[in-house]
Amino acid sequence: MVLSEFAGVSMPDWLDAILRIIFIVALMTIMAFALIYGERKILARFQARVGPTRTGPIGTLQSIADALKLITKEDVRPITADRWAFELAPYMAFVPVFLVFVPMPFTETWFIRDLNLGLLFVFAVLGLNIVGVVMAAWGSDNKYALLGGVRAAAQAISYEIPMLLIVVAVVMVAAGRLAVDGDASAAGSINSIVGDQTTTPYILLQPLGFFIFIIGMLAELHRPPFDMPIAESEVVGGYFVEYSGMRWGLFFLAEYTALFLLVVLASSLFLGGWNWPFGADVGLGLQIVLTLVKTTVMIVLVIGSRALFPRLRIDQLMSFSWKVLLPFAIVQVIANGIILSYGGADWVVGIVSFGLLVALGGLVYYIMRRKQGEGARTVQTTPATPRVITAPEVTPVEAGGD
Amino acid sequence: MVQQTFEGEVLTEPVVVEREFETVDMNINIGPQHPVTHGVFRMVLTVDGEIVKDAIPYIGYMHRGGEKLSENLDYRGALGYQDRTDYLAAFNSEWVYVNAVERLAGIEIPERAEYVRLILAEFNRLLSHFMFMGAFGTDVGYFGTAFTWTFKERERIQDLFEAVCGDRIMYNYFRVGGLAWEPHETFIEDSHWVLDQVEVGISDVDELMTDNEVFVARCRDVGAMTADEAISYGVTGPMLRASGVPFDLRVDEPYSIYDRFHWEIPVGERGDVYDRYLVRLEEMRQSVTILRQALEQMPTSGPIEPERMPARLRPAPGEIYMRQENPRGEYGIYMVSDGTDKPWRVKMRSPCFHNLSSLKPQVINTYLADAVVALGSIDIVLCEVDR
Repeated sequence: MVLSEFAGVSMPDWLDAILRIIFIVALMTIMAFALIYGERKILARFQARVGPTRTGPIGTLQSIADALKLITKEDVRPITADRWAFELAPYMAFVPVFLVFVPMPFTETWFIRDLNLGLLFVFAVLGLNIVGVVMAAWGSDNKYALLGGVRAAAQAISYEIPMLLIVVAVVMVAAGRLAVDGDASAAGSINSIVGDQTTTPYILLQPLGFFIFIIGMLAELHRPPFDMPIAESEVVGGYFVEYSGMRWGLFFLAEYTALFLLVVLASSLFLGGWNWPFGADVGLGLQIVLTLVKTTVMIVLVIGSRALFPRLRIDQLMSFSWKVLLPFAIVQVIANGIILSYGGADWVVGIVSFGLLVALGGLVYYIMRRKQGEGARTVQTTPATPRVITAPEVTPVEAGGD
Repeated sequence: MVQQTFEGEVLTEPVVVEREFETVDMNINIGPQHPVTHGVFRMVLTVDGEIVKDAIPYIGYMHRGGEKLSENLDYRGALGYQDRTDYLAAFNSEWVYVNAVERLAGIEIPERAEYVRLILAEFNRLLSHFMFMGAFGTDVGYFGTAFTWTFKERERIQDLFEAVCGDRIMYNYFRVGGLAWEPHETFIEDSHWVLDQVEVGISDVDELMTDNEVFVARCRDVGAMTADEAISYGVTGPMLRASGVPFDLRVDEPYSIYDRFHWEIPVGERGDVYDRYLVRLEEMRQSVTILRQALEQMPTSGPIEPERMPARLRPAPGEIYMRQENPRGEYGIYMVSDGTDKPWRVKMRSPCFHNLSSLKPQVINTYLADAVVALGSIDIVLCEVDR
């Protein structure tokens, strides 16, 4: 979105830039508030509760109350903490996430900048997030925080690789399709990728890609079943265990902002973003609605996974990433390369990807059922064979004494 | 390459000093203030990264001298204290105590009272196992879902208890010789209704957890104990049965009227955390079976206490060890009478204390997350461990 066009006035570049920054921060804070409230309400419904009801009509002001509480809370720094690492960590976690906002297309015209390498930018900057987490973990001088931070780092490294590979596969498909119009070099721009999905969302062409992207997204966001960096029952909150007040709030804000951005990214890459799949060129209003609907569906998926999945163990998470997801992602990239370089049709790509997804699901299902064991549900039962009740003999003893 | 030292000595080849990368084992306090300890339990884990190398459990934070307190009160007065030992299965604990006193004093109790006791105790087993399902689900990583789903069912059972005895946790309803008062009029119908709801709740838990791939991945082959190991540690209850020993005091040393019902003892195969979960889940179903039969058979009218009870209870000198199958295992009361109105000695055999002693071999050389799950699978109640 170009603000000067939107507002209908001309303004200098620096003012435009400042206004855009304010716009980003304001919008993302509002989105984070809405997401926190939405998560609490939806999670409550999953859990046979009602969620917040007391602050405002049906609890809608709960996030604002929380924010006020966080701002007014005392900002505690442990005396043994590494001062600068501890104090700067929240910003290191928070700023990269907001930077990722720049190439995100919310509608056809609403975005900050259409970067030619937008996808690369997103992953390069989002990866910096982990620096803040590790700084917080190390700076807190707390063993739980250290364990949580190391877990987070290991997790981020292992899950960004299959995720990036799968994005490469998507870009390959996009480049192949965009080359028909003569501009394959635009395939790194998120806008071009969305623009290409007017009739065919890429989830039909890359179902495996969508699946791996969602898994990687959950891991990136520390969401169950990949929430061991912040596992309450093991490391009591993980890397932000020593934080309080608004510093903790910044981690929280970064987490929810990242959730929203990654969901928008997933919807742009796989669900067609602001496109209506049955006809091109819908108006701006409908584009906003479509973006919101697609992101909301995925957010409910993410929140549902929080309610319905327990937590994996750290070694299981790593082996799932390196031994299952990564090979499948590589196979997907190679398959796309072969098919597209021989001029295969789009539907061939889609069928191959779907076949890979079925293979992945079957493999996981087979492994888990073998681990669960035969007849695990029907524990062998011994029929009760009651005997006649015999009261135990009451034997007199020399008791008492003093 | 020729190198020269400070002394001028010429070395013809560089000296390579191989050094191993040093890592430091770290001590981690799990508890006494930690979300997973289910009370005040402290476990110091020595971890090498994520691997647990050593575990030292500390207990005793909740020690209140319960045995001595019971010795200082007369036989009936100490009854209220029994609720406070195993507060998740208070009826069961009360039942052991009153049974011990009754056998020591030779008191026969009416049939109807026996039925009411059995029904309440089995309901309490359900209550306790629901608590396990919720707490264990949280330990494994369900963000509160298992907890809220099971607490919905717990609430119904607690409402029933409240209607019967006016309290939701510390019931103090059983008496030596019978019951404190009649259960309310619609007790049987209410119980049937609660059972209908509870059966749905059990299958909810089953569907939420049993076949979940992540749950299986976390629980299978974690904390496995063979039958011999379990027996040598004095483990009882669902943990022992999960290891494959079909030992249930309701059958093996029958008390009360359990011989009138038909039910089965679930037994595990591998003795791991998953089997303990499955055994408890199946036990809940068997409890429902027992309860249905008991509610059918229960006489609708009749006395709930013996016609004549001594005003002051002075059992003849003697001793008794009464043990029963509590939700967590063999709960026993050893009692010595010296002929006065106070017991000369009361010893409580708490199942959690012995089950907890088997924790250390289960958690060593596993992952930190496994240690948490293994601790959760023991289903400890710290008030009962420390008494």
